[in-house]
Amino acid sequence: MKQRLVVIGNGMAGMRTVEELLTAAPDKYDITVFGAEPYGNYNRIMLSSVLCGEKTIEDIVINNRQWYIDNGITLHAGEGKAVVFIDRIKKDVYAQDGTVAGYDRLLIATGSKAVIPQIPGNDLDGVISFRDIFDVNKMLSYSRSHKKAVVLGGGLLGLEAANGLVLRGMDVTVIHNHEILLNRQMDKPAAKMLQTELEQRGLKFKMAAKLKQLLGDENGHITAVRFDDNSQLECDLFITAIGVRPNIALAQQAGIYCERGIVVNDTLQSYDPSIYAVGECIQHRGDTFGLVAPLFEQAKVCANHLSAHGAAEYITLPTATKLKVTGINLFSVGDFQGDENCSSICFTDPAVGIYKKLVIKANKLIGAVLYGDTADGSWYQQLLERGEDIAEIRDALIFGKAYATS
Amino acid sequence: MPKSILTTCPYCGVGCGISAKVDAAQHRLKISGDTTHPANFGRLCSKGSALGETVELKGRLLQPKVYGRETGWTEALDLVADSFISVIEKYGADAVAIYGSGQLLTEDYYVANKLMKGFIGSGNMDTNSRLCMSSSVAGHKRAFGSDTVPGCYEDFEQAEMIVLIGSNAAWCHPVSFQRIRAAKEANPALKIVVIDPRRTVSCDIADLHLPLASGSDAVLFNGLLHFLSEQNALDSAYIKAHTEGFEQALAAAGIDAELVAAVCRLNKDDLHRFYGWFAGHKKVISLYSQGINQSSSGTDKVNAIINCHLATGSIGKQGCGPFSLTGQPNAMGGREVGGLSHQLAAHMDFSSADDIDRVARFWNTRNIAKKPGYPAVELFDAIYAGKVKAVWIMGTNPVVSLPDANKVKQALQGCEFVVVSDCIADTDTTALAHVLLPAQGWSEKDGTVTNSERRISRQRALFKPTGSAKPDWWIITQVARRMGFEQAFHYQSPVEIFREHAALSGFENNGSRDFDISAFADITQHDYDCLQPTQWPVNQAYPQGRARLFDDGRFFTESGKAQFIAITPRTPVNLPDQDYPLILNTGRLRDQWHTMTRTAIAAQLNQHKPEPFVEVHPVDAERYGLIANSLAAIESFWGTMLARVQITDSQLPGSLFVPMHWTEQYASRGRMGALVNPIVDPISKQPESKHTPARIKAYQPVWQGFILSRRELSISTPDYWVKIKGEQFYRYELAGLTLPENWQDWAKDNLCDSNGGTPQWQEYQDPGLGNYRAARIVNNQPESVIFIAAGSALPERNWLCSLFAKSELEQAERMALLTGKPPIGVADVGTIVCACFNVGEKTILAAIREKGLKTHQEVGRCLKAGTNCGSCVPEIKALL
Repeated sequence: MKQRLVVIGNGMAGMRTVEELLTAAPDKYDITVFGAEPYGNYNRIMLSSVLCGEKTIEDIVINNRQWYIDNGITLHAGEGKAVVFIDRIKKDVYAQDGTVAGYDRLLIATGSKAVIPQIPGNDLDGVISFRDIFDVNKMLSYSRSHKKAVVLGGGLLGLEAANGLVLRGMDVTVIHNHEILLNRQMDKPAAKMLQTELEQRGLKFKMAAKLKQLLGDENGHITAVRFDDNSQLECDLFITAIGVRPNIALAQQAGIYCERGIVVNDTLQSYDPSIYAVGECIQHRGDTFGLVAPLFEQAKVCANHLSAHGAAEYITLPTATKLKVTGINLFSVGDFQGDENCSSICFTDPAVGIYKKLVIKANKLIGAVLYGDTADGSWYQQLLERGEDIAEIRDALIFGKAYATS
Repeated sequence: MPKSILTTCPYCGVGCGISAKVDAAQHRLKISGDTTHPANFGRLCSKGSALGETVELKGRLLQPKVYGRETGWTEALDLVADSFISVIEKYGADAVAIYGSGQLLTEDYYVANKLMKGFIGSGNMDTNSRLCMSSSVAGHKRAFGSDTVPGCYEDFEQAEMIVLIGSNAAWCHPVSFQRIRAAKEANPALKIVVIDPRRTVSCDIADLHLPLASGSDAVLFNGLLHFLSEQNALDSAYIKAHTEGFEQALAAAGIDAELVAAVCRLNKDDLHRFYGWFAGHKKVISLYSQGINQSSSGTDKVNAIINCHLATGSIGKQGCGPFSLTGQPNAMGGREVGGLSHQLAAHMDFSSADDIDRVARFWNTRNIAKKPGYPAVELFDAIYAGKVKAVWIMGTNPVVSLPDANKVKQALQGCEFVVVSDCIADTDTTALAHVLLPAQGWSEKDGTVTNSERRISRQRALFKPTGSAKPDWWIITQVARRMGFEQAFHYQSPVEIFREHAALSGFENNGSRDFDISAFADITQHDYDCLQPTQWPVNQAYPQGRARLFDDGRFFTESGKAQFIAITPRTPVNLPDQDYPLILNTGRLRDQWHTMTRTAIAAQLNQHKPEPFVEVHPVDAERYGLIANSLAAIESFWGTMLARVQITDSQLPGSLFVPMHWTEQYASRGRMGALVNPIVDPISKQPESKHTPARIKAYQPVWQGFILSRRELSISTPDYWVKIKGEQFYRYELAGLTLPENWQDWAKDNLCDSNGGTPQWQEYQDPGLGNYRAARIVNNQPESVIFIAAGSALPERNWLCSLFAKSELEQAERMALLTGKPPIGVADVGTIVCACFNVGEKTILAAIREKGLKTHQEVGRCLKAGTNCGSCVPEIKALL
């Protein structure tokens, strides 16, 4: 008799775990997947490529419905299939439309929700986030009928959204509350180069700005944004991209212990031993997640335990950042600012758009920012993860692996 | 069609003939050896071959300058004449002086000497030949009664044995050395012995090298004389018939080989071998140079050598004799006109009242000097002391080349009136001049020079003079006329001067003086222009010249006999002590000449030894904590210099060698003259430049670096800099004791100029390591690069230098620029498909092909591509 595994969330983390599990223990479980979106599983981080027209939705589908059938997985996806209740005593989950599934093991992969700015007007029409295919379709439709877009947030997602909308012909202004773009990933020189390059592509920026209010018309549709200094900017479409927070409403309701996210141990197990969680909904050793690389690592570890091999431990490694804007190469990993105990190595060739900075502490690489030439990014990440002593190769380190190891 | 003109090389005393193809329109030369010239038969050394590279007009002095202001000739010449007259009126004739050069042509030299000694009436005409030849002159004079080099180059092929003493001919007289090498190859029985404390490259062809203790040459040759006597290897008949003073000389030389070996610190067997060979061969040439001459007992050393040749009768005959290799192209010509302060003219000097009277009559002057003037070192002492108040320096750089050179600098700084004639604008000496007179340089000037074997050759004009540059003889003549000596300085061309010089050499000579070229006294302009290289004497008896003198056993002493000189060897005056335990030796390099004013213009000559260096024996390097290629400070009682350490066992323990060439124009602290002790030979007054007590210690800069720049820069004074001219760039080697506030600002201050394109800056900074590197790129060509490091970890310069020759940087080169190394063969991976793992299209296609991959998962397992964010999976699928 196979055990029953129910997966809540048909996203990248959940499905990667299922894929890993199918490889590790193909016959262990009867698998049932619940997803709120009416698709198979798709690559959410490629949505910006769809937005800017480089890819179609078909291109970014990872597993279509046929794949679920082929692998004997029951998929409940689409309207009404969002799970609304977990009965931990009976070990059943209930979808909005009453679909019920019992489980021996439950995997929660409900992902995250966009943070909505807490200002008046945040409920107006034309105010959306950039999370799923639905959002992308909405943006595409606006781009055909409207002119002015405002993107709130100069982080990775905001810039990708803004770039996509510019390519779709909109007049886009990015509002950022910091003096530099990607301030979580870039230092000032790299961020400035990025801003210049994006400006050359037609993006506009309002930096170190604070929004006060979103203004709407009589139909409740956004028309403008107002700043702290009462200046205004016309706006037909407003995208919020100021971060995400774990989607834990369901877990909380089920009484699973949560802080900012569903708290899991190093095996991705929640406080309920039958229930695992992976992806952007979790909190592991205080960290929450927003990038894809750690999710896949979590999927691997989680599948290892679900298949009862039970040896892997999840460790959060520094995650590298990349911006998916064609023609712009940037890479950032680790502590790229450093402190008074660190020293940094810099290489700049602004004329060809290259900036590199490595942060060194006690003869170890602890952070890197690369702009323009990111070829050695993964090598730096390796050095950083392994904590290798770089004293011997420091002279040539910034010139890359080929020079430093020759 | 460019025309070919035959002329003579302006460098060493070998006096090679040159054939120059002249492209007047482009101001270019194509240089080759003159195959007909007996000094070289077509061979040229590296310096001579590069002469074409040295005729550029950049850096030339082209206009007279008075107190820093450019002016015309009239004002400049008036000022020189008036100032000299005024000093003479106030302080007497001995308060003025001329300091000339072995680079002057005979005609220039003649009028300068005539002006000072004949008409101003002072003996104060000396020359830089004092620094290289005067011990030979004095030795010759004592032994032969005349300043005569008896033999000729042909003797090299005739000899059975050639002894090189204190001569690194391989570098300093390369063409003669090659001739000896060829002779050795043709006749392997020819014995070559090198006597030199250093194992120089001249030892390459030596059968025996005697690394004698510095300064002990007279002991060695006294011992040889003793040995020859002991072995009955003397030519008693010759001694009896043609010499005097043998007994006294032999008595003074009474030292046996055992003791010689001990004093000279030589291996006994080696010493015996040398003595035995000398005794066993009839045809022995003793070729000697500055290792003998530049000594406080240089004259004695010369005579110790000559004694041995007189004792064996090996002089004046084919294939033998003492042979002084002269340093400069016209040191011999200078001696012929009387350019040294104790000489008068035409091998006559102040020691004879008859000579003074004779020359006065010939010149038709009442104002002739009656006594010797100041020789070089004393001359600058006299300037320092304020006794000489006006000096005219011609074509030489005493602030670099004289001993205690810092004092020379101070002397000129404090001198009332300093005139410098030169063809180069900026030298350490022109910097101190009140009046600068632009002289014509080699390729413009026209006249004669005499080489080591007494051969007079024409140095011919190849180009029209540049700017306002004038021949030295013209400049001197103009001043002489302004001083009231129109009658005696009526010359319109060099040939007129040459005729007068020739006439004086024959004037009341009647065989009494060796130097006699009276056959040229009536030479026509045409014959002068076509003059073939000819060895003097050239007179009635020898109308075609004479290869060897003393073949008749007749000398120019009163008795007509050669004089043995009893030699009591003396140690160098200043010996190493506790404070200065090492011996500093100085000398020439293969590819530089004197103070580099000409050779450093030729990029190819700067590659051999680009920086001032010091050679140190490994034992001393260890003792003083010196690391190869690091910097060291060398100090003597008189001064200091900085040089790059070269550790070599060709150096004797306890001794250092530094090249003599570097000036303040090319190195911040490379002037070796500042260290050299101002000790002179009591007879010849030649300085002891090869022996100064010194100490050495590691120089520990806080930073080191280099700059390559397409443009010449003026670096804002780090403690150590050396400027090296390359083909398309200038290279600066740098080091400093203090850090600038900010390397970025320092680089911008030093590398930027106001004009020319928009530079792009590439920079690399690792302050933690003390590294700063930057490249200034204009039109995708390197304009300048700077590399700074806290230690000495700097890349080789070769590849970076080569980039300056490229019309455009390739992308890979640009990215490799600041590594200082050529781009490493990174395989071309094609367009990056998987950005997470940096996997390129070409890599993926190759893997698909070679491993038969079918799915993107297989590609992922094989290359990791597409296994992280998965963004590239569609591309991978497309490739499949």
